[in-house]
Amino acid sequence: MTPPLSWIGRRLLLGLGQTAAVVLFIFALTEALPGDAAVALAGDHPDPARIARIRETMGLDRPAPERLADWAAGLLHGDLGTSLISGRPVTGYLTAGLGPTLLLAAATLALLVPLSIGLGVLAARREGGPLDRTVSALTLAVHAVPEFAVGVLLATVFGLWLGWLPPTAVGADVFTEPAVLILPVVVLLSRPVCTISRLVRAGMIDAMASPYVAQARRYGVSGTRITWTHALPNALAPATQQLARTCDWLLSGVIVVEALFVIPGLGTVLIEAVAARDIPVVQGMAVVFGIVTVTVNLAADLAARRFAPRSQVAA
Amino acid sequence: MNDARSSLARRGFLIATGATALAFTAACGTGATTPDAKNAAEGAPKRGGKLRAAFAGGGANETLDPHAANLFVDAARAKALFDKLADFGADLAAVPRLAERWEPNDALDTWRITLRKAAFHDGRPVTAEDVLYSYRRIADPKATFRAKASLEPIDLDASRALDPATVEFKLKRPYAEFPNVLAAFGAYIVPRDATAFDEPIGSGPFGFVSFKPGSSLVVKRNDTYWEGAPHLDELEFVVAGEESARVSALLGGQVEYAHELNPATARTHEGKGKIEIVRLPGSAMQGFVMKTDRPPFDDPRVRQAFFLIADRKELVDGALSGAGEIGNDLYGKGYQYYPAGLPQRTQDLDKARALLKEAGAEGLKVTLDTAPAATGFVEAAGIFKEQAAKAGVTVEIKVGNKDTYWKDILNAGTFASYRSGAMPIESHISQRLLTGSTTNATKWQQKDFDDLYRQAQSTRDVTQRGALYERMQRRLHDEGGFLIWGFADWIIATAPTVHGVSKQAPANTLDWARFDKIWLA
Repeated sequence: MTPPLSWIGRRLLLGLGQTAAVVLFIFALTEALPGDAAVALAGDHPDPARIARIRETMGLDRPAPERLADWAAGLLHGDLGTSLISGRPVTGYLTAGLGPTLLLAAATLALLVPLSIGLGVLAARREGGPLDRTVSALTLAVHAVPEFAVGVLLATVFGLWLGWLPPTAVGADVFTEPAVLILPVVVLLSRPVCTISRLVRAGMIDAMASPYVAQARRYGVSGTRITWTHALPNALAPATQQLARTCDWLLSGVIVVEALFVIPGLGTVLIEAVAARDIPVVQGMAVVFGIVTVTVNLAADLAARRFAPRSQVAA
Repeated sequence: MNDARSSLARRGFLIATGATALAFTAACGTGATTPDAKNAAEGAPKRGGKLRAAFAGGGANETLDPHAANLFVDAARAKALFDKLADFGADLAAVPRLAERWEPNDALDTWRITLRKAAFHDGRPVTAEDVLYSYRRIADPKATFRAKASLEPIDLDASRALDPATVEFKLKRPYAEFPNVLAAFGAYIVPRDATAFDEPIGSGPFGFVSFKPGSSLVVKRNDTYWEGAPHLDELEFVVAGEESARVSALLGGQVEYAHELNPATARTHEGKGKIEIVRLPGSAMQGFVMKTDRPPFDDPRVRQAFFLIADRKELVDGALSGAGEIGNDLYGKGYQYYPAGLPQRTQDLDKARALLKEAGAEGLKVTLDTAPAATGFVEAAGIFKEQAAKAGVTVEIKVGNKDTYWKDILNAGTFASYRSGAMPIESHISQRLLTGSTTNATKWQQKDFDDLYRQAQSTRDVTQRGALYERMQRRLHDEGGFLIWGFADWIIATAPTVHGVSKQAPANTLDWARFDKIWLA
């Protein structure tokens, strides 16, 4: 069951438009921030002549539309420009930050799917039973705690009191010392596990009460098979779309976690770039975030159609 | 979930954590069992080991170009890799570094600098040509380096190398305190052809190994350093923007040195034996600026009233959590030329009211500009608001943007929070208190004051010069625009194994972040 190509084409065009809109919006927002890169760089030594010179060397004395047009022209050639502050290419910033962030996000997603499906199915199988009530209470409670608090708590308990895990990733290479990622991944998992497992549970309960499951039971199909092959795929459609939203959320949740545990990923790069008013870097990030978000949501809609073709996911 | 998988996962977890647990107990063990290690700190330095130091930094702003240094971490890294001709002692008087000595002419407008024997990491000797190249690079009209303003008195076109070890600087005017320029923030000496600094070559105590912007710089011992090789084999600067992360990394044994801690954190861990807290006094002046060229502060009586409104002890205790000492409305407590003999000002609300009444400023309302641009700014503003209310003055606090704060308050507004790192009193005056100063936030533009400064710079004798500085500072103490209520300690923390950290040097002076004198035991 493949969706018609025209549908994908439409979605892709829409995605391009959305990305362009995001980029424009971010540019306007950064321009609207008080001060510019020259002022931020001058810091506590705001000698007006020096600020004017910095502005000149950065090309900030040109009108904003002209700078945006220049940048957009570069983008069409696949050139994201160079940082105002360091003069290093923006692509370098992105590739340096992308590694740790992707690793964090991938590890989180890899654990998120089996964990939340497992929890959801477990709770749904005994609806209203003690296990279901415990899972529900726990997921609600954990979901109510902000990541920042969870992170501080975990780092203090496991990193400093018990000494089981590194409390931060300071000076560590996340690729060669994956232990530094354990706590950050747990923090990132804490909230999405709760929402998705609850969605799976609700979907499972609906699916188990549906006529086709009753029919399968009448045919004598085993309970396990019904759960995993008949009910679950239908229950997953809403969860898949929530998963896509989780990917978007991961991009922002990552900012908190990266700051807390000192992981030099995209979130850190973005915060620094905004504080320094380094527009080309901020813009480069906006493009990447926009493309990732559009792609992930498109993939999720495709997957949802695949799981539940009859539920007719709107384009 | 099936059992086999989860038990395997648990085992992997234990393997992964075992190593860090060991490292952690080892780090604790040394602190807990050898309290006398601190007393033995005066013993013979031990050679070897790698020290990791955590600083706050800016990913995008990070550069190894020493002339572009802006942040503390830039300065610390530049100091490891490069040298200046001079640097500041704990009293902010210039001490010779790459310059062995300096000799002015009688008019104090030509200075002859004799270089010591030193070499860059690639073996080339440091010569007068390198010095001139470095200064010309900083002062390049197209460049935007911070030290450019400090080098302004030098006429670089007329300056020349007399021989490989002698530079003759021609100045645009007499300048008795010229060595302060040689020690200025960012005035490092680079090799004469240096343009890129991806793999920098300097003459400093450590040589370059590797650099990841926004995360780490590794440097190694320079065995041929002119002042003697450092004790450490290797030194790594790591960047952690969050203060809590720097402390956690130190407690967790991931670093041995953490720079810039909050007073509250320091109090929590002081005397517990896990980490050593070092307080560097006199590092950061804290105060308010009153713009003396506009109402209400164009009347000196209003300024004097504000001096008397401040309860300095309460400000230090409240805004700095007690980590500092009170100020006397003068910059540079404890530095060379500071007039310690002037009486300490204390709160006198009755006299403040009387002065305001005399100035016709009863029921005065002022807006205080502040921002979370430095530790304690917003807190100090709140405390001063309460104090001012007791004298019948209404202070409205306006919290601005921290990224652009310093530019915002330079010319706009009337009353604002202010802070300054360590610099010689002369630099403070020349940068902020003369008619032509580039960052004159108090708008203190007094011709006779300018004359006193010029006179001091044409005075060869230190005692006579000190007397002129005292006259200038008496004036400022009496009716200046700087309400300086305190000096914050600069707090760093180290693992108990770290020795040789200076406990005197204000931030940005020679012995601050001086890793060539530090050893691990």
